Amino acid sequence: MASVRQPDAVPAGRRIPRADYRGVVLACPVTVQYKRYSVDAAQWWLGAALRALVEASGVSHRAIDGFAFTSFTAAPDKAIGLTQHFGISPRWLDDVPLGGAAAVVSIRRAARAVQCGDADIVACIAGDTNHVDTFRQTLAGFSRFAQDAVFPYGAGGANMSFAFITRSYMYATGASREDFGKLCVAQRDYARANPRALMRRPLTLDDYLGARPIAEPITLYDCVMPCAGADGFLVMREDEACRLELPFVRLVASIERHNAFPDDAVQTRGGWLVDADDLYAMAGSGPDDVDLVETYDDYPVISMLQFEGLGLCPPGEGPSFVRQNTFGPGGTVAHNTGGGQLSVGQAGAAGGHLGIVEAMRQLLGCASGIQVEKARRALVSGFGMINFDRGLSSGAVILEAA
Amino acid sequence: MMTPLPPPPKANPLARRKVPTLPPRARSRAAHGLTAGAAVGRFVLQRCAGCGRYLYPAREICPHCLSPSLEFRDAPGGGVCLAESRIAVSSEPYFRERAPWRSGLVQMDCGVQLVAHLPAQGIEAGARVEVRLVLDRAGQAVFFAAPAGAAGPDDLADDPAWREMSADPRHRRVLVSDVRNPVGLAMVHAFRQAGARHVFAGCRETWKPAPELDALRGAEGIEIVPLDLADERSVDDLARQIGARTDILVNTADHVRTGGVFDPLSLGRARETLEVTVLGLMRLARAFGPVMAARGADGTHGAAAWVNVLPAAALANEPGLSFHSAAHAAVLSLSHALRAELATGGVRLLNAFVGPVDAEWYQGAPPPRVAPAALAAQVVDALRRGLEEIHVGAVAQELRDRLAANPKAVERERWQ
Repeated sequence: MASVRQPDAVPAGRRIPRADYRGVVLACPVTVQYKRYSVDAAQWWLGAALRALVEASGVSHRAIDGFAFTSFTAAPDKAIGLTQHFGISPRWLDDVPLGGAAAVVSIRRAARAVQCGDADIVACIAGDTNHVDTFRQTLAGFSRFAQDAVFPYGAGGANMSFAFITRSYMYATGASREDFGKLCVAQRDYARANPRALMRRPLTLDDYLGARPIAEPITLYDCVMPCAGADGFLVMREDEACRLELPFVRLVASIERHNAFPDDAVQTRGGWLVDADDLYAMAGSGPDDVDLVETYDDYPVISMLQFEGLGLCPPGEGPSFVRQNTFGPGGTVAHNTGGGQLSVGQAGAAGGHLGIVEAMRQLLGCASGIQVEKARRALVSGFGMINFDRGLSSGAVILEAA
Repeated sequence: MMTPLPPPPKANPLARRKVPTLPPRARSRAAHGLTAGAAVGRFVLQRCAGCGRYLYPAREICPHCLSPSLEFRDAPGGGVCLAESRIAVSSEPYFRERAPWRSGLVQMDCGVQLVAHLPAQGIEAGARVEVRLVLDRAGQAVFFAAPAGAAGPDDLADDPAWREMSADPRHRRVLVSDVRNPVGLAMVHAFRQAGARHVFAGCRETWKPAPELDALRGAEGIEIVPLDLADERSVDDLARQIGARTDILVNTADHVRTGGVFDPLSLGRARETLEVTVLGLMRLARAFGPVMAARGADGTHGAAAWVNVLPAAALANEPGLSFHSAAHAAVLSLSHALRAELATGGVRLLNAFVGPVDAEWYQGAPPPRVAPAALAAQVVDALRRGLEEIHVGAVAQELRDRLAANPKAVERERWQ
């Protein structure tokens, strides 16, 4: 292997600058109302999201020429099977099996497709059903490493992996349960006004701290509720959106990273940290210029890793950032403004799409709950795929009102 | 210090009965490299032959150098617990029944991180641990982190989580199938010494005088029961009486008769041997197996293990003992099916392969021989560690190693 060039032999800088996303827009955020359990198949939910996109855009599904989909429960179907199922004839097709990072990754791929003319309108759809026992089966067969090396140890699923991550983060940074609870309570305050949220009952910090343990230190309100649901949006060129007279938001910047920091013993930082500079360089502005932030909140600790990784605060200072700010309606940081997955629910692989459609609605001025005043720029991040002991995929986009 | 496990209370017929449930069984083929180690009590990890690093979880390709040459090798078991959790809510009924269940993330000294079961008490983050590779109730390999520098291997004996990984005789009731065999007699004493609550000593023709059995009569916790493996009714009768009280069954059935294939008397003798060994195991298994499998979840004291004592010749036919070897090869084969059926209830099966023992029927075998008491002690030890295969004595161990190296050489050298 002597001839193999080691990583440090590769120049740190990029060989060519990244092309910008000029002219790439997102339109028509749709959500198929989430439901705790559903007897319908994943294909039903995905099809409902496609129908909602057609209704919102006025574009026939036969005219949609790009299709990107993600789901955990559509097996044995892949994207190709859905083209025939739904009667679409796309000239660009993508299957994005990246869970909570799929939304960001779908946008990145679709953006280049429409920019280059490989497609004109790409429908990005994510959805999952939740039959009784679907969740357990998804956990049991999630990945080979999970099956071999995680699930047999208590079958706690992601709760157990995040218990280790949360514990380690608490040791490393001094984060307290109150810090995590503050985020959960703030999101619930947003959710109370959001008719789409499955959990709208008031939540206090005492409720959070007194909740029953799930996998210590994770307690009930640290966990999302698995549910059935679907989200979707369209990616197209600005000229196409204008021709169709659709309101849109612009894609400004994006990043994606997989299996970052493989040598870290425990995940106390995520891939955003590797690429955040790139994100803001592309956006031409910094984290201070962002009006709202939608993090991937499958557990509050992960939102804190995103604050750190995306430069809202320095690494390791998530807890003090949380203590110095307020996060609910009218707070100093507009964060997970629809309630996030913690209050809206986690519709499987649609979890990452939830942040995108929420940010789009805020930027378009049509929030389904509380509208953030003068929202111009949104930072949305994704996180996914607990393969063994950590989430492998991270990504983020910056969206801007037109 | 562990809280000593109290003896089980008297069975309450009104109490909710636990139905046997199992931890998740699915594993990749590569992961069974760990099963092979756990089955015989070796701590192994996958190691890259290309760059020498240990890998976990089991892979097909080394992530450091992309070599496909990965082997399971003995590895150092020391590490540090990075984080631990008490899982109150599990998606699997097995863990729900045993909630809260403790697991931890361990940084191993040899470089890998792994998730391991933790004892019900003790081991917090930062603690040094010694990780054991063991078989869980589903018979699959799992890691169990024990406190490092534990005073002895039995420190965890009474821990409820460890009791799930082991088949410790302490507080359990044991049936030994043939106490007329010196091996069976040694088992009775060894199990009582190991804290077995009660030992049923199966005995053919109880009326026949045997001075060595007199010592058992009236001994506390020992009960001679009539059992003739060649007689279906005898086996069934006993199962009806004590089947639901048998937590560990030790099958020491043997019927040593010499002879090769061409021996004029071999057919008749072979039939007798098969009757006691192969069909004897079938009779025992049919009568006791189902009720044991149904009691596999009876708390920390439920049915736990089935033990077969087999001559090492079960692994490779021994000249002069041809049909005896063949009968035990059949028992070995049958034991794999029995293991699978018992596993549905979380009951494990241990095969103890042994070279010639110091007993009447092996008078002609050259040394080294195995003392029955030594064999019994190793069986008890193997149950405490939850093993499914042991080779007792130099003869059995040498045969195991030579078969692993070159089975054709074993065959030729034995017969030439």
